[in-house]
Amino acid sequence: MLEITDLTHSYGDHTVLEKTSLTVPDGELVSIVGPSGCGKSTLLRCVAGLISPVGGRVVLDGTPIDGVPDGLAVVFQDYSRSLLPWLTVRDNVALPLRRRGGSKAERRAAAEEALSSVGLHGAGRRYPWQLSGGMQQRVAIARALAYRPSLLLMDEPFGSVDAQTREDLEDLVLKVHRDEGMTILLVTHDIDESVYVGDRVVVLGRDPGGIRAELEVKLPSPRDQISTRADPDFVRLRTEVSRLVRGAGALEVPSEAAAEPQKESEPREEDTEET
Amino acid sequence: MTDVLVDAPAERGIGHAVRRGLSGVAQLWLLAVIVAVWEVWTRTAGSPSFPPPSQILKELWDLYFSGPADHFFLTEQARTDFAPSLKNLFTGWALAGVAGVVLGLAIGRFRVAGLIVLPPLHFLRSIPPPTLIPFLLAVLDIGTPLQVTTIVFGVVWPVLLNTIDGVRSVDRLQLETARVFGITGARRLFRVVLPSAAPKIFAGLRVSLGFALILMVISELVGFGQGIGAHIIDAQHSFEMTQMWAGIVLLGILGCLFNLVFHLVERWALAWHGAARRNR
Repeated sequence: MLEITDLTHSYGDHTVLEKTSLTVPDGELVSIVGPSGCGKSTLLRCVAGLISPVGGRVVLDGTPIDGVPDGLAVVFQDYSRSLLPWLTVRDNVALPLRRRGGSKAERRAAAEEALSSVGLHGAGRRYPWQLSGGMQQRVAIARALAYRPSLLLMDEPFGSVDAQTREDLEDLVLKVHRDEGMTILLVTHDIDESVYVGDRVVVLGRDPGGIRAELEVKLPSPRDQISTRADPDFVRLRTEVSRLVRGAGALEVPSEAAAEPQKESEPREEDTEET
Repeated sequence: MTDVLVDAPAERGIGHAVRRGLSGVAQLWLLAVIVAVWEVWTRTAGSPSFPPPSQILKELWDLYFSGPADHFFLTEQARTDFAPSLKNLFTGWALAGVAGVVLGLAIGRFRVAGLIVLPPLHFLRSIPPPTLIPFLLAVLDIGTPLQVTTIVFGVVWPVLLNTIDGVRSVDRLQLETARVFGITGARRLFRVVLPSAAPKIFAGLRVSLGFALILMVISELVGFGQGIGAHIIDAQHSFEMTQMWAGIVLLGILGCLFNLVFHLVERWALAWHGAARRNR
């Protein structure tokens, strides 16, 4: 169980998250969606222990997060920088497994198995830069899977791949979630994606950043790119989320703050991610 | 079909190979013209200070490369001249390389240490290394210690500064990935930080190798020691101008050879680097 209580974080005097609380029971897949600059990546990085929040706390399975917790894996958006180009695909997947123990042969076998489960059987001897973007992101997912996390964080994982690959990878995440049953937090700015993959959609707003709404997604499983997206419930949910995200971006802020233009120099976390 | 395997060498096809071959021929062609002009000019001038290149090459051959087959065609003279020179050169370069990388890692890793240590380092680096020789002559014996010290002091800087730069510019996301997956300590150093800094470290080592050859010769010219440089100065003292020129040409050839071998090693060791950049 992941419990986020009154999480507050700011860059300089720009508050990106204010008093945000969220509880995620084990095994749930939560999509976090919101306009850019709403603090969704910051939220994820606080949970990952990569940044210490200014206020509030994150507790994972009863243990407050202070530094990167053990059973946690992250799939970053920028696979080309997150995978190490000097290691083969298999070694990239096997590298974190040293911490889990086991012989070198066992670690390699685990890496090959994880690669097979993401549809990359036999690609282990290649280097990441020999693969297409979608395949590289599959390698990053395999690396996270082989690590056997109880909590998997995905930070806009499909933001840099084309539409077709994106749908394939969404289905891969759903399959992984069905098979492994770990808790997944998936940050996205794609409203359709948030509804399609999520058991629950959390909508964040900005200025100040925080949760605007939480919506249960009760769509039949397994989900399907064609029929699920045509489901009236899906259409209703995506419309609602869309309205919330738009509202979260523009409304619900004091008119004075809304009139003030965003300062360019402020490190909005979306920008620092995507360079 | 979106998941297509992209192979690195595919885009560098036959056209590329032909262009490379042609440019190689073009370079050699220019060299041949220069040598021919040099030959004609020196033969016409007939100055004892400027022997024709054909004589220099013959001298070089007789002096160093006309030995027995079981000694790789090296003469006795070659062994007495090459051995100390190359030993000093590579000992100095290797020591400087290790020192530069180790110090560079430490300074690059700890920002505060860098702030304190860098200004004095930049001062030391600015001292032209040969000026140290008078001092070293006073405190060290003539020979290997003096020469190796000169080389180490002269060539450690490019490696050190490039290592600092390389360690400091490791991709933030690569470091965060290491943190998330619990890759720490020595594994982080050897699997993430050093490989990431390797292209810059290699660039430093390449510059250092060139400097090392220069300083090797300088230390031999003033150190009254053995080696190729000492042979050159001896030849000059005894007015053996052709032998002196043979030594100069030999050093040029050695410089080219070192560069070529280093280039090949670098290409092999950093294959991922070039390919990853092309495919990005």
